Amino acid sequence: MEHYLVAIGVTAGIYALMALGMNVIWGMAGLINLGLVGFFAVGAYVSGLLTLRLGLPIVVGVLAGTLAAALFGVLVALITVRLRGDYLAIVTLGFAETLRIVMSNELWIANGTDGLSGIPGPFRGVLGPHLFNLFFLGIVVAAVVVLFFLVDRLANAPFGRVLRAIRDDEQIAQVAGKNVVLFKVKAFGFGTAALGLAGALYGHFTSYIAPDLFAPLLTLYVKLSLLTGGLGNSKGAVLGAVLVVFFLESTRFIVPLIPTLSAVQGAALRELLISVALLVILRFYAKGLLPERIQHPPMPAGAVAPVATPS
Amino acid sequence: MEVLQLILNGLMSGTILAVPAIGLTAIFAVLRFTNFALASHMTIGAFAGFVANVTLGWPIVPSLLAAFIVAGLVGVATDEYVLKPFRAAGFITTAIGSIALTIALENCVRFVFGNELRGYDLPIRRDWVMGGLRVGPQQVENLVFAVIAMGLLFAFLSFTRTGKAMRAFADNPMLASIKGINSDMVARLVSFVAMGLAGLGGMLIGLDTTIDPLVGFKTILSIFAAAVVGGLGSLPGAVVGALVVGVGEELSLLFLSPAYRSAIGFVAILLVLTLRPRGILGARAY
Repeated sequence: MEHYLVAIGVTAGIYALMALGMNVIWGMAGLINLGLVGFFAVGAYVSGLLTLRLGLPIVVGVLAGTLAAALFGVLVALITVRLRGDYLAIVTLGFAETLRIVMSNELWIANGTDGLSGIPGPFRGVLGPHLFNLFFLGIVVAAVVVLFFLVDRLANAPFGRVLRAIRDDEQIAQVAGKNVVLFKVKAFGFGTAALGLAGALYGHFTSYIAPDLFAPLLTLYVKLSLLTGGLGNSKGAVLGAVLVVFFLESTRFIVPLIPTLSAVQGAALRELLISVALLVILRFYAKGLLPERIQHPPMPAGAVAPVATPS
Repeated sequence: MEVLQLILNGLMSGTILAVPAIGLTAIFAVLRFTNFALASHMTIGAFAGFVANVTLGWPIVPSLLAAFIVAGLVGVATDEYVLKPFRAAGFITTAIGSIALTIALENCVRFVFGNELRGYDLPIRRDWVMGGLRVGPQQVENLVFAVIAMGLLFAFLSFTRTGKAMRAFADNPMLASIKGINSDMVARLVSFVAMGLAGLGGMLIGLDTTIDPLVGFKTILSIFAAAVVGGLGSLPGAVVGALVVGVGEELSLLFLSPAYRSAIGFVAILLVLTLRPRGILGARAY
């Protein structure tokens, strides 16, 4: 049981990393990424392949995976950033699906649908399975703490303020002389780097990755995490990730309690519950448990009222 | 010869692809959002047709009608109660909402029908061979169904008062509502027709192969490619885009494995967005 709880803790940490990354992309910059699982997969595959095939140190693999995901993120953003967000939505979704198709069919890259097994974990042999999980939990928690402070710092820095300005009104940011395109691409690159980091850590933790693991449903889990905690808010992203992993794991126990369901029906019911939960939260509790602090306090009494802008 | 055969196959699969692609682009033209829930409505249509054809023993044509009507009604209901409130909250919320909706609906179908592949009740017929080119009678029939459906749609939009109202609304919603066109009515109508076409397209694709709950999601990338290549928001564009994507997917078989079909759609999207974002027939990029 303790073993299981530690593994859940690691999963929650990895979700928190992704939620923090998505918080920059979605919460701060107001950009969409429907294919976050694709960037997660890039991190996992690059790091897994480099450490397994070339024998590079795990740290180097993780860094390379993070950078590779960021690179793909920048490319995807560059193609669509001047257009309406719908195009970015389509391209990110297409990116994740195409990547899955390529990894399933190109056996020479990573064994196709069989996946990569035996990805090394740091000190896995020395520590034994139980201590290894605890040790890895420590690594993931450290990564979450570092990323949390980075994102929090970023949110309060001029960079974060410009992003929020772009999110709230792109035209005004442009009139203020901000290079909107550059900011958007940077934000998307930073966010996808976090997704890549999460993917790389995931691969080294489970030691096995395969194309089937990178299904679109994971994208929903992370969005659910971010929404539950509160969009645009780093504390909310971490809290949401922990709650969502807890919710996901509990549905794993509840669904088998209904005796007449087949395995497929159980899985379908679980996915249905999760997507309906996302719809309900999106509709009725879009601010989340910890709403974004208002960055611009209302004008003090007596100040000149701001001119209404046509939307 | 092989190339000619592939082009012929591509034109036929492209015509079928055009049916749901028109639905997608029509929703974008009128309601101004990309509805990812199209995928699950294709699945719903395919399974509604399956129940009509296999369980109830109806012939193909009434089963196709059932696919259209059931998917259309589900489309109206989900738009009214799920997606419409999201539209006010901005496009990211709407896009994510429509993805969550599509997974929810897909799993409803999976809950009832399971994951196994199913086929329609069709007579086994020999392929026709003409001048060295091979076509299946079922493919030709599907082509005819697709062309009839599109012909009816274009006639409806060009010649009826309601159709003209829908086009007016797509053109300029404010002006249209000043002229007394009821925007809620237009939204419901476009949801019904577009999702109906998605359901019809889902069943047409299933007639050619088999169906399972993923039938919509597996083709959604090709459909998006068709709409983007032709120009998002342009109905004739969706047809042209679907033909281009259909032929492109078939020609890719010359040098790629069939598994890469939908990857071709993705490459087409990237190319068009890089070189000509408004697409072949689109009036402008959004």
